Amino acid sequence: MPAPLYITGVAETALGEVAGENELSMVAKATREALAEAGLKRKDIDGLFVNYMGEEGSVQVAEYLGIQPRFSDSSDLGGAAFEAQVHHAIAAIQAGFCEVALIAYASRQRSRRARSLSGGAPAMGVPIMHQLEVPYGLPSPIGRYALIAARHMHQYGTTRAQLAEIAVAARLWAQKNPKAWSRDPLTIEDCLNARPISEPLHRNDICLVTDGGGACIVTTAERARDAAKKPIRILGAAESHTHWHISQMKDLTVSAAAKSGPEAFAMAGITPGDVDILQPYDSFTITVLLALEDLGFCKKGEGGAFVESGALRPGGKLPSMTSGGGLSYNHPGALGLMLLIEAVRQLRGEAGDRQVPDAKIGVAHGVGGLLSTAGTVILARE
Amino acid sequence: MSDRMQIDDPVLWPYWEAAQRRSLIVQRCQACGHHQHYPRPFCLECDADTLEWVETKGQGTVHSVTTVHVQLLPELKPPYQVALIDLDEGPRLVTGIDGTPCTIGDRVTVTWREREGLPPLPNFTKAAP
Repeated sequence: MPAPLYITGVAETALGEVAGENELSMVAKATREALAEAGLKRKDIDGLFVNYMGEEGSVQVAEYLGIQPRFSDSSDLGGAAFEAQVHHAIAAIQAGFCEVALIAYASRQRSRRARSLSGGAPAMGVPIMHQLEVPYGLPSPIGRYALIAARHMHQYGTTRAQLAEIAVAARLWAQKNPKAWSRDPLTIEDCLNARPISEPLHRNDICLVTDGGGACIVTTAERARDAAKKPIRILGAAESHTHWHISQMKDLTVSAAAKSGPEAFAMAGITPGDVDILQPYDSFTITVLLALEDLGFCKKGEGGAFVESGALRPGGKLPSMTSGGGLSYNHPGALGLMLLIEAVRQLRGEAGDRQVPDAKIGVAHGVGGLLSTAGTVILARE
Repeated sequence: MSDRMQIDDPVLWPYWEAAQRRSLIVQRCQACGHHQHYPRPFCLECDADTLEWVETKGQGTVHSVTTVHVQLLPELKPPYQVALIDLDEGPRLVTGIDGTPCTIGDRVTVTWREREGLPPLPNFTKAAP
């Protein structure tokens, strides 16, 4: 990457079940906190990147914030949108199209009771999925992830207990995070005995449904000098996507991370072995397993054995989901922004009880859609 | 309701017209012989635009399968199975499993699930050994 860029401010919105707020007020408050960390003012924001903030989301958010961006992006890459938007922000800032990029998101999906497993009827677009998949009662999105998990188990001998280890590791981290939604003890046995939803995925293989969101400021080295907190350098970023319909995914055991990972690591000039902390998108336990393999932390098919070693847990060789992740901390419909926030806090050394000692290099890896999209961002403390 | 399906997706409609005759069809490229599903105006393999609809043998192999334990549709009482099937002609499709539960690698044959006011829905059932 030619000129270094930095994340200079991050903030979560209110989390859990958020009363007395709407999504825009949540974004506005998080933005003010992130700007304070960055030492910047609201009117300094000239690039705006949002997802799932309604029709023409960036237009709505800009009006609410009272800003007029000269670069605007409401790309919908599902939960990976925010890592992809770091990638987009790099392109926009390097091209001179903006200088201070705000990436923001909030959802009250829990309070609104907005989640449904049915997949529903599409409001717009071509209804191929509605005619070819919805009538079979394949739960959305869980059923698609279940088909992927079943294939991985068949092909590589991955076990339910190995998937459960991912949920247990997330819970052990959540117990160190006072903001985490689920902090009760959780064992592998608990996971194995949990209610089946779409086999082989059971209740504890599936992320939370909570309210939440956040804000993140990306800017140049020059503007980073104003920051009140330690700026975190962006070493690399990349994105990709493989399919929309699960029938069109070429290989159920290989995600888009197999493209975004190597590209981000090449840009960063480092290897997976250099990474101190990983924030993988844990929408489902299988999502993490594929990310570990496709990003190159272990070989294809060896994800089960890798997690079984306790690598992801506190004290493990690859501390992962250190906030408690989407499985135990918070999952506001799209977790990608929270992964960036947690990575930045770990690299600044301000993660409290869950701080990974001397974390210098971190990866936030977003995954979205029906295991369709991937965005990989590599960050470093200088 | 069938009219609605045709209006919503005229490109896919021949598939449902064939379903009304209990025929499972997919696109075949006249240039390179590649079969594909769902339909597109070009061949994903060779880019030719000379595609025809051809009848499949209605046979395939289970590539992956999930057993669903939640009720999403009034007509589907859990537990039931949804699978990805690799047709012998090549294309992979999402389908429902009727009858005996299947596992990955099982050979399956098409059956038809009747629907009120809609074309029958292709499902698959474990093939006789």
